[in-house]
Amino acid sequence: MKMNGAQMVCEALIAEGVKTVFGYPGGAIMNVYDEIYKQDGFEHILNRHEQASVHAADGYARATGEVGVAMVTSGPGFTNAVTGLATAYMDSIPLVVISGQVPLALIGTDGFQEIDAIGISRPCTKHNFLVRELCDLPRIMKEAFHIARSGRPGPVLVDIPKDITAEFGNFVYPESVNIESYKPTVKGNKRQIDKAVDAILKAKKPLLYIGGGVVLSNAGDLVRQLANMGQIPAVETLMARGVMGAKNPLLQGMLGMHGNYASNMAMSETDLVISLGARFDDRVTGKLSEFAKYADVIHVDIDAANIGKLVDVDYPIVGDVKGVVERLIEGLQSRINPDRYGDWREVLGRYNELYPQTFTDSDEVIKPQWVIERVGALLGEQAIITSDVGQHQMWAAQHYPFDRPRQWINSGGLGTMGFGFPAALGAKKGCPDKTVINFTGDGSILMNMQELVTASEYKIPVINIILNNHFLGMVRQWQTFFYDERYSETDLSYQPNYKAVAEACGGIGYDVTTKEEFDAALKDAIAKDRVTFINVAVNRFENVLPMVPAGGALYNMILSDKQEEK
Amino acid sequence: MAEARKVISILVENESSVLSRVSGLFAGRGYNIETLTVAPIPNSNRSRITIVTKGSERVLEQITKQLHKLIPVYKVVEHDEMVEKEMVMIKFPIEESLADIQALCEAYNGGIVNVGIDMIISMVADEPCRVKHFIEASKRYNPLEIVRGGVVAIER
Repeated sequence: MKMNGAQMVCEALIAEGVKTVFGYPGGAIMNVYDEIYKQDGFEHILNRHEQASVHAADGYARATGEVGVAMVTSGPGFTNAVTGLATAYMDSIPLVVISGQVPLALIGTDGFQEIDAIGISRPCTKHNFLVRELCDLPRIMKEAFHIARSGRPGPVLVDIPKDITAEFGNFVYPESVNIESYKPTVKGNKRQIDKAVDAILKAKKPLLYIGGGVVLSNAGDLVRQLANMGQIPAVETLMARGVMGAKNPLLQGMLGMHGNYASNMAMSETDLVISLGARFDDRVTGKLSEFAKYADVIHVDIDAANIGKLVDVDYPIVGDVKGVVERLIEGLQSRINPDRYGDWREVLGRYNELYPQTFTDSDEVIKPQWVIERVGALLGEQAIITSDVGQHQMWAAQHYPFDRPRQWINSGGLGTMGFGFPAALGAKKGCPDKTVINFTGDGSILMNMQELVTASEYKIPVINIILNNHFLGMVRQWQTFFYDERYSETDLSYQPNYKAVAEACGGIGYDVTTKEEFDAALKDAIAKDRVTFINVAVNRFENVLPMVPAGGALYNMILSDKQEEK
Repeated sequence: MAEARKVISILVENESSVLSRVSGLFAGRGYNIETLTVAPIPNSNRSRITIVTKGSERVLEQITKQLHKLIPVYKVVEHDEMVEKEMVMIKFPIEESLADIQALCEAYNGGIVNVGIDMIISMVADEPCRVKHFIEASKRYNPLEIVRGGVVAIER
């Protein structure tokens, strides 16, 4: 079929089953927007900032498991999108981002709104393409989607010069992809899996270390099955919250810098780490030489480069965690004896009794943890929870009763403030039946607040709960602990009127200072079905605890504020 | 951890941004490049990039694995058994003894490739350590300019 490059882009998106594109037009991408105007195969959401478009596509991808799509123009449109690309890259989220580029003949001449998008995005995309000839465009679109979703997923950028989208050519969308230099290893090595099975059978204190890869691979049910079958205790990383389900007694909690006591002690005392789709991030391991010191390590990862990168591995298994866990279950079935790990479970149970993940509530002031637990009690499994970055993110990860994978959406690897609100928009577009709550702070929310307008225009009713402590709380916490309380540039006492801002943009705002007001506001927000800011005044100097100081051993946790004062 | 030297030969798709993908990976992850050469492979759409690097065992393993992840990379060869050659060209002033320089070059399997009004250009292609020695030895003839070519290697 004869058509121009712009139409080919739209046809390719439709062929890939794309329902929603998040984007922002501009000079170099106008041809494509002209075709978007004419088609009705997918919906386009006009965010009010390109960064938000990419985060929204990212939230959509995380909530649905499909490839998220964003579209931006050249130059500043693209550079605004870079934080979004980097965020998705660090968390291995499948995205295809399409950017306009100046016409081929202008490339390299410092043309208006020209920037080297390929050069800038190289370290923060899984791959990127500059389309130099129209005849390559259909193949490149097909490859972009394939690369984004296969192997270890990630964002792919397709940069298209303006003259290519104007040019006419023949469109045939390829049926299949064959990239000779890209064949990810999906199936784990049988011999290695057999060895891992033996290691699990021999271990006395095995521990499942569950990472975001389990979510990406949709392996949650299988991992639960594996844990339940052998009654093997489990810890989750920040990215894996929800995999085991909060009610499962085998789940010790989240491990790492803000992990709970039992989880971090479990990792410190285990004799066999069964790592599934986790990458031994420094926020998880603390001091590497002390990490899982007494353990052999089984490491299942689809990315061979993650294996042995930081920790020596005894049983490396390169492959998709879903298939590998399936075969671990097969191997262990009828051989594994759950009683064997009874003592180990008992020890961890005692740790949980000794220092449970808890907080001291107050009658005078709202504690941020109370808000999280309250939302959890009211909405539980019904809600998708997104978050920004900082204290509120850690409290949400610690205290919300996540019950399924893809229920918890946050920027773990890059730690991008401003991620939560646009990601919530994407999640709500992808899962319209779910209530979507964004836990945010008075720092983070300002970083993509313009999305109030997007949410109002498109009637995307996400609820932003601002845990407002008038501080950049996490930095303030570090200043309290490690910088002698010198609160350099973290005091946010000068505040906008959040309620008024929300209302000015077509949303609803609530100012909340008591628990009763919070309950009323949340109920009202859910009933009104509009974008909302619930601005909750919380205890100013609340700290996220436990805490392992950066670079410290996982078993050396600050457990209470009192301990810190000593 | 002890640092080891390693020659890595990378077969890549011959496309415009592939060298920046490879060199950018080294820069971004803090890996060391001692020499880098690149040229297309005849009768194919591929190129070979040869990199000499240095690092601990863990780093060298990471380099190979991270290179594998680049989409246009077909193959990463890092055998210990590689035949390596490097080329160097040295410019000497014409006042130096042509015969002495000729003899020196011949000792390193090279020769004089150009003689102008005021300078002599010699060329040697040999194993990297021999090239180093040649450069050392050439110092007594007051070299004006030294251009090294980087290592190329082939599996034994």
